[in-house]
Amino acid sequence: MIANAADALSDVHPRVEDGLATPSRIRRHQRFGIVVGAIFTPILFAAMWPVTFDSREELFEIPKGTWARRMAGEKREILPSEIHLLVGVHNVLMLKNSDDVPQIFGPTLLMPGQSLRLPFTRPSENYFACTAHASGQLVIVVEAAPTWPWSRLSWRVRRMLRWLSKP
Amino acid sequence: MKKTLLVGALVLPLAVVGTYFALRGTTRAEQGLRCGTFEPPREAPSFSLDGSDGKKLSSRDHLGKVVILEFGFTFCQNVCPATLARLTEVHKKLGSAARDVQLIFVTVDPGRDSPERLREHLAAFNPSFLGATGTPDELAVVRKAYGVVAKQVVSKNPALGYEVDHSSSIYLIDRQGKIRGLVPFGTPADDIVHDLELLLKEPT
Repeated sequence: MIANAADALSDVHPRVEDGLATPSRIRRHQRFGIVVGAIFTPILFAAMWPVTFDSREELFEIPKGTWARRMAGEKREILPSEIHLLVGVHNVLMLKNSDDVPQIFGPTLLMPGQSLRLPFTRPSENYFACTAHASGQLVIVVEAAPTWPWSRLSWRVRRMLRWLSKP
Repeated sequence: MKKTLLVGALVLPLAVVGTYFALRGTTRAEQGLRCGTFEPPREAPSFSLDGSDGKKLSSRDHLGKVVILEFGFTFCQNVCPATLARLTEVHKKLGSAARDVQLIFVTVDPGRDSPERLREHLAAFNPSFLGATGTPDELAVVRKAYGVVAKQVVSKNPALGYEVDHSSSIYLIDRQGKIRGLVPFGTPADDIVHDLELLLKEPT
């Protein structure tokens, strides 16, 4: 009878006997849950949150006085040699010359105060002859907007890597 | 506790999926010209060169028409013939409206592109296309005015000797002689047709 009662007790509270529900175990599980959550929540967020920008335009501007500063020997890159855009979301290259003299800017010559608005509507790699770069080329990489979780995640990772590799 | 977990397990994925579909990236169509547009548009720099038709070719001769201005050379193996083929397609798609559009092909290789060579080359695409050449200095002035770069490089094909790396975009000049558009290499014919039709609707 006594043996039966003990068996019954172990059936009702088997974890107590295994020690699985001790306060230290619970705390360990909580810590594990927090770590897993801290890792996967940003990943989930990066995969699920839509890619948005404040503007569809990627603006590069030659500030006033750039020519004078260049003549004085200052070297300053305004346009990166590679620009990444996204179809339908952030797909317009905007070049503006706010200097006092005409400037070759990317693929064209811009007069003082003039701007060029260049939209891209298809995924493509575009090469423009550009004397401002050592390679002589400006590359504009246009990607399809990432609309699925995996593509969003990979796009965000690539963007972060590009940002980290900037000098 | 179990109920809360169960509700959470059901609601959280639904909320995530709902947010995903609600905010899924939307795309909007471009208004106006599909190519690159200048603001404000500037006067197309004028030039006077030797035309492939044997006459002097001035940029001002074609005021009232929409001008497509391309810089290239007839010995080009890839970009220039591809662009000319596309513009031939554009010309066909425009139909009768093409009579108000004039293509001018300015050479970046005056050493080899004579007016006769230009005429033969362009006629293979469309007999209405006009070529323009001149002295190296004259052409350098025109290129500078339009912001076009061109540099001779050794060709990978020994038979050609050299090639010219040059800007591959084309310019759209409206009926009033203003540079309105910059069309990057590879732009689909339908987009170019769309922009030309918009420019053709504008008053002379």
